[in-house]
Amino acid sequence: MDPLLSVENLHARFGSRAAVRGVSFSVRAGEKVALVGESGSGKTVTAQALMRLNPDVTLSGTVRFNGEELLSVPERRLRQLRGREMAMIFQEPMSALNPVYTIGNQIIETLSQHFGLAPRAARQRAIELLARTGIPDPEIKVDAYPFQLSGGQRQRAMIAMALACQPKLLIADEPTTALDVTVQAQILALLDELQRDLGMAVLFITHDLNLVRRFADRVAVMKDGEVVETGTVAEVFDHPEHPYTRELLASRPDTLDDAPGQAEPRLQAESIRVAFSRRRGWFGKTVTPVLHGISLSVPAGRTLGIVGESGSGKTTLGLALTRLIEAEGQVTLDTTRLDTLSGQALRASRRDYQVVFQDPFASLSPRLTVGQIVGEGVALHFPELDEAARRQRVLDTLTEVGLAADSVDRYPHEFSGGQRQRIAIARALVLRPKLILLDEPTSALDATLQKQVLQLLRRLQHKYGLSYLFISHDLAVIRAVAHEVLVLKDGKVVEAGPTRRVFEAPGQPYTRDLLAAALLGA
Amino acid sequence: MSLTPGQRAWRRFKANRRGYVSLWLFSILFVLTLGAELLSNDRPLVVRYQGEFYYPVLFDYNETVFGGDFDTPADYLDPYIRDRLSANGNFAVFAPNPYSYNTLNYFAKAPNPAAPSAANLLGTDDRGRDVLARLIYGFRLSVLFALALTAVGTLAGVLLGGLQGYFGGRLDLMLQRVIEIWGSLPELYLLIILSSFFNPSLTLLLVLLALFGWMGLADYVRAEFLKNRQMDYVLAARSLGLANRQIMWRHVLPNSLTPVLAFLPFRVSGAILALTSLDFLGLGVPASTPSLGEMLAQGKDNLDAWWIALSTFTVLTVTLLLLIFIGEGLRAALDTRKG
Repeated sequence: MDPLLSVENLHARFGSRAAVRGVSFSVRAGEKVALVGESGSGKTVTAQALMRLNPDVTLSGTVRFNGEELLSVPERRLRQLRGREMAMIFQEPMSALNPVYTIGNQIIETLSQHFGLAPRAARQRAIELLARTGIPDPEIKVDAYPFQLSGGQRQRAMIAMALACQPKLLIADEPTTALDVTVQAQILALLDELQRDLGMAVLFITHDLNLVRRFADRVAVMKDGEVVETGTVAEVFDHPEHPYTRELLASRPDTLDDAPGQAEPRLQAESIRVAFSRRRGWFGKTVTPVLHGISLSVPAGRTLGIVGESGSGKTTLGLALTRLIEAEGQVTLDTTRLDTLSGQALRASRRDYQVVFQDPFASLSPRLTVGQIVGEGVALHFPELDEAARRQRVLDTLTEVGLAADSVDRYPHEFSGGQRQRIAIARALVLRPKLILLDEPTSALDATLQKQVLQLLRRLQHKYGLSYLFISHDLAVIRAVAHEVLVLKDGKVVEAGPTRRVFEAPGQPYTRDLLAAALLGA
Repeated sequence: MSLTPGQRAWRRFKANRRGYVSLWLFSILFVLTLGAELLSNDRPLVVRYQGEFYYPVLFDYNETVFGGDFDTPADYLDPYIRDRLSANGNFAVFAPNPYSYNTLNYFAKAPNPAAPSAANLLGTDDRGRDVLARLIYGFRLSVLFALALTAVGTLAGVLLGGLQGYFGGRLDLMLQRVIEIWGSLPELYLLIILSSFFNPSLTLLLVLLALFGWMGLADYVRAEFLKNRQMDYVLAARSLGLANRQIMWRHVLPNSLTPVLAFLPFRVSGAILALTSLDFLGLGVPASTPSLGEMLAQGKDNLDAWWIALSTFTVLTVTLLLLIFIGEGLRAALDTRKG
C-alpha cells in the first residue's frame, strides 16, 4: 500500500539560510509518526512545508499526499486540502485561536468553508465536536471566547476545529508543550483515542522523547535540518544507531545519588503569605491570596526542590523568599532575619542570596556586555576591589561556569540559550552567595543543554557548599537535583520530604497523579 | 570583534542609502549655515587699507577709518567706500553673498521686491533685503531652534515618562491626569494670548512650545518603561541589590530609548514647522529676525514676486524631506528584526 504522505528529499530555505536539507519520511494511513528534534532542528519548518503554510520559505523536493504532488499544486487546490484533508494543531492554543471570535464561530467557519453547512446544522456539529473532545458543557462552551477557557480546554477546542472535517492526516506541532503535565497526559490520551476511532494518521512533532515513546508507532529523529534516524519506536529507543539519537536518549537527567545525610538549615521560612490586591471601583479592593502560609527550610549545601503546576504559586514563593515582592511571614538566612530589612540594609544583604531566572533571553540586559552584566554586582558589593581585580574575578567566574574568557566583551545576543543561562549563573555565582534561587533554570533549554546545566549546578554546589532553592514543573529535573522536595498546589504545600521518599512512596493523591502523568517510570 | 547594539544599528542605518545620504546632506547644510556670517555678510571678511589689515566681520569700524566723512559705522555697499577700498593697493575680501539678513541696500538699482539678478541671486523681498541671505540665516535659526526645542522636550518627556512608567501606581495616576488636563489646553489660543502680553521672542516661544511638546513623548517612554520594568533583567538587577536610580539609568533607560530615537528627526521637523507656522501667522519672532515663516507670509503678500515664495518653499520642503528620510532610515536601523 502506498503511504498516505510521503516526503522525499525536502529542502526548505529562508532566503540563503537552509532550514531543512533533504528530509525524507512517510506516514501511512492511520499511523502515528513522531518527528522529534531539538529547537532549530527544522521540525516545525518541515511540518509547515507539508501544507505550504509559510510563504517566506522556498521549498524544493517532493511532498506526495494521497498521490497528489503538493509542492506544485495551485494555491486554490491547496486551500481545499488544508483543513479538509490535512489539519494542524499548534503549540500555543491561546495564540492559535482568534481572540475576538467564540470557539463555536471558529469551528463553524471551517465547517461552512468546506461543507457549506447551514448555520444551524453547523452549530449542532460544532457542539458534537466539542463534546467529542471532552469539553464539559459543550452547549455553553460553544459560545465561549478563547480567554474564557483553560489551557487544556483551549487545546481541546483546537483539536475539535482540526477534526471538524475528519481529515486523513492530523499534524500536531508540540500540542502539549504549553500545558501542565497532568493536562498534557489527558490531551495525549484524547489524541490517541481519536486517532484510533477515526482512523486518521497523526504526524506528531515534539522535542519530548517521553511523549514519543508513549504515543507514536514510528519516529524520525531530526538534527540541523536532516533526518538522522528513522524506525519504529521500539527500534530507535532500544537500539539507537546514530550517535545523536544516543546522545538525545542519554540526555534524560540522572537521578541524584547524594547520600541523604543531615545538614544545618540555611534558609528558614515561617508561614509565608502573599496576596495580590486589585483596586475595584473607587474605594473597593479585591484581595486574591496566592500563598496560604508556607513554611520551609533549605539545608546548607543542599537543594530544596519546589514542584507545582502553573498557577500553584511556586514562582511567587521564590520571589517572596528573596524579598522581590511584598510578603508576610518570617524569612531567616543563617542568623539574619531578611523580612525585617529594608532600604540600604536589604540591598546589601542581597549579596548572600541570588536568583537565576527561567528565560535566559529576557534575564540579560541586551545592551550590556557579559563583563558588565557579571561585574555589576561585584562593583556594588565589593567596592574594595579595583578595576583589574574585579575583571579578574569576572573572568574566573566565567571560566568556572564553562565560558571562554573572550566572552567578557561580547553581548548576550551572540550566545546560545545554554550559554546565556551560564552567564546568568555566573552573575549569581560571582558574589559568592550562600543561596541561589533557581526559577525553572532549564525549562527554556533543549534536553542535551538541560543536562549540562544541571551537571554544572551540581558541581558548583559541591565546590562552594551552595544551597539551592530549585523551582520546576519538571519532575525529572527535580529528581536530578533536589535532596528535598516540596509539592505545591494552589498556594498550599501538598507534600514535603526527602525527594527519594516522595518519588517512591507519594503520600498524597495529587502527588501520585503528578508522578503518573510525568511517566517517570517509563 | 563584537559590535555593540549601537554599532549594529549604525551599520543598518548606513545600509539605508536614502537616510544615510540625507543625513550627510543635512549635516553639511547645517555646518555650512553655522558659519553663515562667513557666507553671507554685508561686511567684508578682510580689508587691507593703506597697508593695514582690518577685520570688519569681527569688529566695527567707522567710515572715517576708510576715508569717509561720517563718524558712523561704515556701509560697505556704499559705492564711495567700495572705491576707497579698491583704490591703489587696498583690497577687500567680501563674503560670497555680500548681504546679511537685515541688510538694506540703499544703492540698489531695481525697485523692491527685485527679481533675481547678478547682484541678488534670489532677488530681494519687499523691504529690499536679500532673499538668499535671509534663507541662509533663517535655515540656521530654524534648525537651531528645532534642536533646542527637541532637546528640552525630549529630556522632559523621558524624565517624566520614565518616572511614571517605572514607579507606576499613584505617581503614574497623578501625572497621567496632569498630562490629560495640560494636553487639553488650547495651545494656539494660549500662544496668541501670551504673545499679546509679552514681547514675542525666541526664548518665549521655546519655553511655550516646550511646555506642550513633552507630552507625546512621555506617553511612549512611559509605555516602554512599564514594559521593561517587568523584564527579568530588571528583576535580576534588583536581586543584585541595585538601587532604583541605578536600575533605571543602567538597565531600563537604554532599552527604552528606541521610540525616543526613532521620533527625534520627526520631532525636529515638527519643531521647524511649528516655528514656521507661528511666524507665518505673525505670532512668532519679531520681523527683523530671519525666519522662514515670515518669508512665506511675504511671498503670500507679494504673489507677483514669485522668487520669494518659491525659494522659501523649496528650502522648507527640502529641509523637512531630509529630516523625514533620516527618520525613516533611523526607524529601519532600530528595527532589530533585521540583521
